[in-house]
Amino acid sequence: MNKELLDQWLARLFDRDRRATAKLISWVEDDVEREYIMRAVLKQTGQQMVVGITGPPGAGKSSLVEALTKLYRGKDERVGIVAVDPSSPYSGGAILGDRIRMQAHGTDRDVFIRSMGTRGHLGGVTRSTSDVLRILEGGGYGRLLLETVGVGQSELEIMQIADTVVVVLNPGTGDGIQAIKAGIMEVADVFVINKSDLPGSERMKNDIEMMLNLNCDGKAWRPPVVLTSVIDQNGLETLREKIEAHQLYMLESGQRDERRKERLRQEVWRHWKDRLQVTFENVWQVAQEKWGDLENGDSYELAGELWRRVLREDKWHE
Amino acid sequence: MSNNFLSWKANYDAKKERKGPFFTVSSVPIDPLYAPGHTAEIDYERDLGNPGEYPYTRGVRSNMYRGRLWTMRMFAGFATAKESNERYKFLLSQGQTGLSVAFDMPTIMGYDSDHPRAYGEVGRVGVAIDSLQDMETLFRDISLDKVSTSMTINAPASIIWSMYVVAAEKQGISANKLTGTIQNDILKEYIAQKSWIFPPDPSMRLITDIFKFSKEHVPKWNTISISGYHIREAGATALQELAFTLADGFAYVEAGVKAGLDVDDFAPRLSFFFNSHTDFFEEIAKYRAARRIWARHMKEKYGAKKEESLLMRFHTQTAGCSLTGPQPENNIVRTAYQAMAAVLGGTQSLHTNSMDEVLALPSEKAAQIALRTQQVLAYETGVVNTIDPLAGSYFMETLTNQMEEGAEEYFQKIDELGGVLGAIRENFFQQEIADAAYRYQKEIETNERIIVGINDFVNEGKDKIDLLKIDPEVELSQITRLKDLKQSRDNIRVQTTLSDLKEAAQGTDNLIPKIMDAVRAYATEGEMVAVLKEVFGEYREQAVF
Amino acid sequence: MNKTRIRVLVGKPGLDGHDRGAKVIARALRDAGMEVIYSGLHQTPEQLVEAAIQEDVDLIGVSVLSGAHMTIFPRIKELLKEQNAEDILLMGGGTIPEEDIVTLVEAGHAEALFTPGATTTEIVSWIRDRLEASKEVSV
Repeated sequence: MNKELLDQWLARLFDRDRRATAKLISWVEDDVEREYIMRAVLKQTGQQMVVGITGPPGAGKSSLVEALTKLYRGKDERVGIVAVDPSSPYSGGAILGDRIRMQAHGTDRDVFIRSMGTRGHLGGVTRSTSDVLRILEGGGYGRLLLETVGVGQSELEIMQIADTVVVVLNPGTGDGIQAIKAGIMEVADVFVINKSDLPGSERMKNDIEMMLNLNCDGKAWRPPVVLTSVIDQNGLETLREKIEAHQLYMLESGQRDERRKERLRQEVWRHWKDRLQVTFENVWQVAQEKWGDLENGDSYELAGELWRRVLREDKWHE
Repeated sequence: MSNNFLSWKANYDAKKERKGPFFTVSSVPIDPLYAPGHTAEIDYERDLGNPGEYPYTRGVRSNMYRGRLWTMRMFAGFATAKESNERYKFLLSQGQTGLSVAFDMPTIMGYDSDHPRAYGEVGRVGVAIDSLQDMETLFRDISLDKVSTSMTINAPASIIWSMYVVAAEKQGISANKLTGTIQNDILKEYIAQKSWIFPPDPSMRLITDIFKFSKEHVPKWNTISISGYHIREAGATALQELAFTLADGFAYVEAGVKAGLDVDDFAPRLSFFFNSHTDFFEEIAKYRAARRIWARHMKEKYGAKKEESLLMRFHTQTAGCSLTGPQPENNIVRTAYQAMAAVLGGTQSLHTNSMDEVLALPSEKAAQIALRTQQVLAYETGVVNTIDPLAGSYFMETLTNQMEEGAEEYFQKIDELGGVLGAIRENFFQQEIADAAYRYQKEIETNERIIVGINDFVNEGKDKIDLLKIDPEVELSQITRLKDLKQSRDNIRVQTTLSDLKEAAQGTDNLIPKIMDAVRAYATEGEMVAVLKEVFGEYREQAVF
Repeated sequence: MNKTRIRVLVGKPGLDGHDRGAKVIARALRDAGMEVIYSGLHQTPEQLVEAAIQEDVDLIGVSVLSGAHMTIFPRIKELLKEQNAEDILLMGGGTIPEEDIVTLVEAGHAEALFTPGATTTEIVSWIRDRLEASKEVSV
């Protein structure tokens, strides 16, 4: 793409133009001039903290995001939201329906909601998620929220993106036990028992507190357990305060910088992986050409033979 | 299986079978022949019973259509109350025997005509009712003790029904003389039709408040019409329509009992509303199974003692979703077959769709043909001469049994999910329906299923028929009337009655008397709904695909 | 420019809850590899256009069964224009009489309107054809 044109779009982004924000996100997601765009964006962003909200499907994450957004809007903060849902492994398409539950802010121009499909990436986030959040920051959205479906392993990934991880569970669903099994205890900075109007929420809170007694001995931050109900409007302000408190803790304890250093390392590693991926694909192309008369033999044998043929050429890394 | 049957089967299998499909409109495979031994044993007393006798498989009345034909009830209503009133008077003069009111979307969703959300939708798909004033106009010169009126209204049913009762009061007719039906079935709104306002719990409270009020004051009114129609229209199969509708019915029974009513106090006022799709035998089996299941559960599970509590009385509408845009006249034929299925299934009342309903509201001509379709059925075809003529057919009884068994399996699943409300929360119904709808569409697109005029027997070029046009002036004039009303009424009384309503909503008293007070003060529907929303909140769905 | 993934906003404007068509289409588009953002029910044109912009969709598809098509389509187009987002295409379906379809499409209030008999295959290929033609020029 024409760099001059791209620079114009970037300038519009920093002027808080919503169309430019949206377009730049698409390009980054589609790997169009991604590096160029992100280098410009990252120069100007990175200050704002990200709140990650994760939990099983149907836990009420979107409604909570909407409720939190309302509180932030009450304080005149501009809110950028990224909601990630799984793409279909068969077609690569996706139906992204999180906006439905965030309708209260549907026409508020100080709230930007972007839905993303995982596009083949396993787990709850995509390779562009953190970049997209930074673009939103560049577009002037200071309060960054990331909603992902939590399914076991993906919580680790959200931890690499978010400064505060809120894990949302429901009473009476066995979520608590699942959470413990899936290792969610380790990633949660704040626990939310949402739909606390349903029976069993106090009991679930006790269960989690007990687990925390075992886990958090001697740690500086003990994740609070907040009961919320969007229907009754209960616990929402408390949740906002707990998130605030965690962010303050992150800043004061130096944890934030620690996490960021680690994150930077991870991101560099990801960029490497991306580059290596391209390189490997090139090698595979070369290998196909060298296939020649290879037909007989098991896959291990063929792989070995091909490897030797390709490496002998010694041009593959170019 | 008899040898006889097996030898026929061998014979049949040796011959060539035409390319199908040999499945119902609900994708249920059908055998080439049903014969003794191959089908289930039927115990006449236990499974069928004579008409008017338990378990009512053959009909709810001992004389059925030889006593009285079904009510030919055509759903109508458009634009303003004044125009609808004229249409009703026309239909009554044409021999129609009951009124059925269609409301516009703002009324259905609890918005007044001047609300920004109502923009472009006032009087479009039905009549706009903002206040008692409109209700009075709607029934001007129609004596409300002489007609039975069916009103298709759900989320704000308590308000619209109150307006009807008060309109009668103003005609000098006491509430205990009124007959008719309000749809008032909120569960199917969450499941399929999606015209909800409040969350499930307060919605169920409004429904039981209506049950209680009606028992005291409007005893002849059918307080709920438990509707499978919309579930089917959203894409459900015949079995799903049957099972989900009955499950809803049982949920209302349980809610009534929980609210302190005796089951026999309100169960006789429950009525049902089913769809009639094009698969002739499957539909008839559905109605027969529905009566039997309802009677069995009401008697055995809910301990109903009164006979009327066991009777499933139902209204039927032919399937709007079966109509095609291309070659719209073909819809007359579809509707006729569907109507015949409903009558052979023993319906108490029937709406036949007009051929143009897939494109617009019915024109007068199309509506007349639809009514004439019923009259031909009643007076010319002879299907009304004997009761439940298909009983004892190997095929029909097998289908009826399959329907019952399939429904019982669904009831079990629903129970496991915590009942109807739990299953709604888990998106169980919504997912089942979405899957069935998608499968149906795919069958059409792969030509596995043939729809005449859509994927076969297509006419090149467009078929044109004359359609009803709604004058855009309707919206403006309705808004003007509403503005005038708001200026001329006693606004202090409006405010007082509204704040009384709000207070009552926060407590547990029956809300109907409070709503009626607000209605009498000419408070608008939108004002009452807004007050209730403040207390109850609003429902929002989680979409499934 | 090689934008790889087609993004579509499937919207349900108006007060009616007839979402059978919208959902079938959403699912068919997903199965055709597109990213579908589903608006949910009862959306105003303002909400739809704002969502279309934030989600940077290539196309808005709306299903209208309330009879309000003559106001909804022109309004969405007008709002897109106000937002300098005229490159976002608009298609629709529902209970729309033939002559209204002609009027709306000829006046440019929609790029395409499908009748109830249209197949999802038809709609998918219309989207692909139409977007392949325009993808080249979009920046």
